Amino acid sequence: MSTPNGWDKSAVSAIALELKDQPGALLLILRRLQDEIGYIPEQSVPVIADVLNLTRAEVHGVVTFYHDFRHHPPGRHVIRLCRAESCQAMGAVALARHIKGRLGIDFGQTTADGKFTLDPVYCLGNCACSPAMTVDDEIYGRVSAESFDGALASLEGRRQ
Amino acid sequence: MTATLYVPRDSGALSLGAERVARAIAQEAARRKIDVAVVRNGSRGLYWLEPMVEAATARGRVAYGPVRPEAVPALFDAGFVEGHPHPLCLGPTEEIPYLKSQERLTFARVGVVDPISLDDYIAHGGYEGLQRAAAMSAAQIVEEVVESGLRGRGGAGFPCGIKLRTAMLTGSDQKYVVCNADEGDSGTFADRMIMEGDPFVLIEGMTIAAICAGATQGYIYLRSEYPHAARTLAEAIAAARARGYLGANVLATGKHFELEVRVGAGSYICGEETAMLESLEGRRGMVRYKPPVPAISGLFGKPTVINNVLTLASMPIILTQGGAFYKNYGVGRSRGTQPIQLAGNVRRPGLIEKAFGVTLRDIVYEYGGGTASGRPVRAVQVGGPLGAYFPESMLDVALDYEELAARNGLLGHGGVVVFDDTVNMAEMARYAMEFCAQESCGKCTPCRIGSTRGVEVIDRIIARQDQSGNLALLRDLCDTMTNASLCALGGLTPLPVLSALKYFPRDFGLGDDAVSGLH
Repeated sequence: MSTPNGWDKSAVSAIALELKDQPGALLLILRRLQDEIGYIPEQSVPVIADVLNLTRAEVHGVVTFYHDFRHHPPGRHVIRLCRAESCQAMGAVALARHIKGRLGIDFGQTTADGKFTLDPVYCLGNCACSPAMTVDDEIYGRVSAESFDGALASLEGRRQ
Repeated sequence: MTATLYVPRDSGALSLGAERVARAIAQEAARRKIDVAVVRNGSRGLYWLEPMVEAATARGRVAYGPVRPEAVPALFDAGFVEGHPHPLCLGPTEEIPYLKSQERLTFARVGVVDPISLDDYIAHGGYEGLQRAAAMSAAQIVEEVVESGLRGRGGAGFPCGIKLRTAMLTGSDQKYVVCNADEGDSGTFADRMIMEGDPFVLIEGMTIAAICAGATQGYIYLRSEYPHAARTLAEAIAAARARGYLGANVLATGKHFELEVRVGAGSYICGEETAMLESLEGRRGMVRYKPPVPAISGLFGKPTVINNVLTLASMPIILTQGGAFYKNYGVGRSRGTQPIQLAGNVRRPGLIEKAFGVTLRDIVYEYGGGTASGRPVRAVQVGGPLGAYFPESMLDVALDYEELAARNGLLGHGGVVVFDDTVNMAEMARYAMEFCAQESCGKCTPCRIGSTRGVEVIDRIIARQDQSGNLALLRDLCDTMTNASLCALGGLTPLPVLSALKYFPRDFGLGDDAVSGLH
């Protein structure tokens, strides 16, 4: 459903219209947009507000409250590294330094070639296999600098 | 004859390569023309042994682990399908000491059954609790839960039976049951294990709560970080609905109960029950003032029973075996069992369900085997990011609600995170404030502003700027946050901060004078 600029008004309105009668519809709509488009295009805010009979401010307020909702398209692969206590106890701080150095970006940034976005996450529920990360839908446990490099190499080797 | 092998689909096991192991087993079995059925079970919770593969044999299940895909051909050579010896063989699963010494009530089926097989669930005693509840009056169900002494396992520890009774007695045209599956506390994963390993127990528990309270609609508010749990729950809910365990006429009782999973959007505060309700209603996850309590006015202003996954998943066994059975486990006012989640720098991390009263020392050393790094244990955080840090010398504390509260700590959701002697506790204290600032909903000032000021004050202490003045300021700030915050996020963030300061003052760069002033 993505167009060259990732924004398709009719698709957004179709989702909003489909879900508008569900209890608590706004979060369902935003969740679906995030999952399908990869971010919440700014232009979708008035469309959703119109369908739900809310103000733009109300919709904007919800979009900006939740960490999952992106305001811009992410890189082709999203790496989420856990920063929470259990992972810290197993070296997540040094691992974060390694990953940032390797990708040349900080948390919340995307590499210049648009390949990778690095996000912090506060617990993946994989604390017994710390440190943990996800790359797209894949979860990784007991991540080391070496195993990260291996995962990265296999992603870079893949045609995307 | 078809042989049965078990390879977990639990996300912890997947994170260590369980999917590749399952594929390797299927390929190798096909190559050798051995008829093998691979069941994707939950995890037994022995994570240092994951991926742990089990073979069903005449003498019970035999475990092998940790299994790498490369080891699969050799396992076949050794005859592991029949449970024969191999260097990775761990013996009969149930005899592994870590597992054998536990008291698994809530987790009885996790890792044992096929999570999405309703028949397997029923064959292992599933839905007996609901059958019994269906024949009881609502008041009798409440009494059974009150008798059990079950308290909220999400962290607050409120008596479950009282909530249930309040919702039952509040008249309304519409009531709800909401399961709080926003397991955001770092160091905790028991909810995830239940949802991935035995989702029907949660569905059954919610159904019991619903027929008791008179609720017709249920929601599981699931954090977005748990996509595997979302898939398992969806499959289980569909199976339960197809067989009449959910829907318009639950078990032909004439009771109506629908259940839906709602996925959150990465906000920690939405694990606070009123913020969760706001989120379910499609708004910013801002904490509500209480009263009214949700059992009287909750979701969309209607009476709502809200409980954590573990609490609801404990209802079936209480209804099956009776409240008195459950109450016989535990100590004092902490009745039943607590699934403890052991993580961090520890040799044998995992899930340990024990009757209340086990000491932290036993958990860290007897089960955990000390640190993974082999260095001395320095600090242990109990109860998630809002829990206190205890020094090694205090590990004899028993893990129950009152014992921990008496030491300015909390049980929370039962997470235990171990740190070795390389940890800098001033950094951990700073992190606690930083996390609070990151996740504050912003409704109340002590939390919204206090957390940011807290980071700054701790930075100044670490930088040795006017340490005594800044220490006084930090205490004053923590006092304000503790007493004036609207919810537990701002109210409890001072626990990790002040415990780190109290037990590890040198990490803050404090001199002798300042340290003696602390005590």
